[in-house]
Amino acid sequence: MSEAAAAPKRKVEGVPEKLHVWPYLVRLEFLCALVVIVALAVWSIVIDAPLEEAANPTKTPNPSKAPWYFLGLQDILVYFDPWFAGVVAPVLIIVGLMLIPYLDVNPKGNGYYTYHERKVAIWVYCFGFLVLWIALIIMGVFLRGPGWNLFMPWQYWDPHKVVALVSVDLPYAFGFRDYTWSAIFGGGVLLAYFGIGTGAYFFLERKALKSVGFLRMFLKIQLALIMMGIVIKIVLRIGFNIKYIMVTPWISV
Amino acid sequence: MANKAPQIPSIAEFIHKIKSGEIFTEIAKEITESQLWTSTFRHGYADTPRNRVLQIASNVWLHLHPVKMHRHALRIKFTWCMGGITFLLFLSTVVTGVILMFYYRPVGEYAYYDMKYLQYDVPFGMLMRNMHRWAAHAMVITVWLHMFRVFLTGSYKPPREFNWVIGVFLVTFTLLLSFTGYLLPWDQLAMWAVTVGTNMARATPFLGNEGPFAEYVGVTPRYDARSLLIGGSLVGPPALLRFYVLHCIFIPLIAGALMIVHFWRIRKDGGISGPL
Repeated sequence: MSEAAAAPKRKVEGVPEKLHVWPYLVRLEFLCALVVIVALAVWSIVIDAPLEEAANPTKTPNPSKAPWYFLGLQDILVYFDPWFAGVVAPVLIIVGLMLIPYLDVNPKGNGYYTYHERKVAIWVYCFGFLVLWIALIIMGVFLRGPGWNLFMPWQYWDPHKVVALVSVDLPYAFGFRDYTWSAIFGGGVLLAYFGIGTGAYFFLERKALKSVGFLRMFLKIQLALIMMGIVIKIVLRIGFNIKYIMVTPWISV
Repeated sequence: MANKAPQIPSIAEFIHKIKSGEIFTEIAKEITESQLWTSTFRHGYADTPRNRVLQIASNVWLHLHPVKMHRHALRIKFTWCMGGITFLLFLSTVVTGVILMFYYRPVGEYAYYDMKYLQYDVPFGMLMRNMHRWAAHAMVITVWLHMFRVFLTGSYKPPREFNWVIGVFLVTFTLLLSFTGYLLPWDQLAMWAVTVGTNMARATPFLGNEGPFAEYVGVTPRYDARSLLIGGSLVGPPALLRFYVLHCIFIPLIAGALMIVHFWRIRKDGGISGPL
């Protein structure tokens, strides 16, 4: 006997209707599990996991690719040194994700789909996830060939493809030839980027400072500037052949 | 007229009981009222509100659920079912992974040949290996989609901030589980993918021998963040053993503990999120 028949539905305003988990949720979970397990079994019967020749430390394949889920990170190695692309960027992604609930203080859109009540949050996350993570992975899996060069799907993966390295550092492009002055100029550009970005954000959102708090706003804009900075660096490299913005003996960005 | 002696039914009565079906009711009664049965099953199966509650509350596997829930939390359009599927895929990898462990030795000389053995000689070995690998890959995708759904519904907002942080740990450990498992086939694909991945540790600021400021710390290729991870200066047999232990023991234990917290917190934070 269904619950509806057992007790006539009372319309109590504001009290949401609750259902028994058994059977309504458990049967759904069961069906879902059944579908997933059957799909997994069929997939596993039809498609074999890859096994190449035995590991050989003297024979480096070209290209050598990380597991597919890390190819987004491997791809930004083109634009950044390993200390950033391989260490700092992943740490920033993890820490940044963990900080989301503490930085996003918008009380709206809690527990339901909405775009209009939290446009910026949705845009930032979708851009980071779908473009900087997923699109770069797809590019890394399908379009990166020998030498990590870009190949269209219809192109032959030529291991001898030569791509001229014509990129220069930003200070060089601006005419700086002296090492120290180049470093100072590059550092200045970076400082200006973060300084002006932070300042502009605080000025535009000055009304929110009281309710949101300084630390929240500061961390939020730094993370946003770093994320945008990655995009800017990619554009500078592809569009203007710029290698580094700042070069020092210790780190180069 | 007290007749204490047990009554032995006549054959006619017995046949009557069989014909009328009464005998089955009696047998069922004997079984369901036995000590064995009542100690195992605490409630009936009839569809009554009481049994619906007990079905969840008196079952160790199902009591993860609340007894009642909001209707909206049932909609697949809302939940995408991705969290549950991720957990299911994790369980699949545990089952298939343990089976693989019976045949696989994480030793440089044996590992690759154990893979061949698994594929060509062990009954259902290829199927177990395929299911393990594809479930692991699928789990990476479903955990990302779960996270995406939780973000889109704003479910990380108060009071669920802490559970989101646990979830980010779980995403990270899912990737690490998959990455450590990637080395175990000990073929070219495995060795070089892990070489590319672990080379990054070499560039860790201060702690990697090629990282910024390494010269102030004095790390060497044989003694830095990367060598800690792979037990040497290149991906060799020590790395295989380390990744095996991380993959089969260390990370599953931590991820399992975090999963317990993750699921428990869902309940404590008021169940699956919904419009307030």
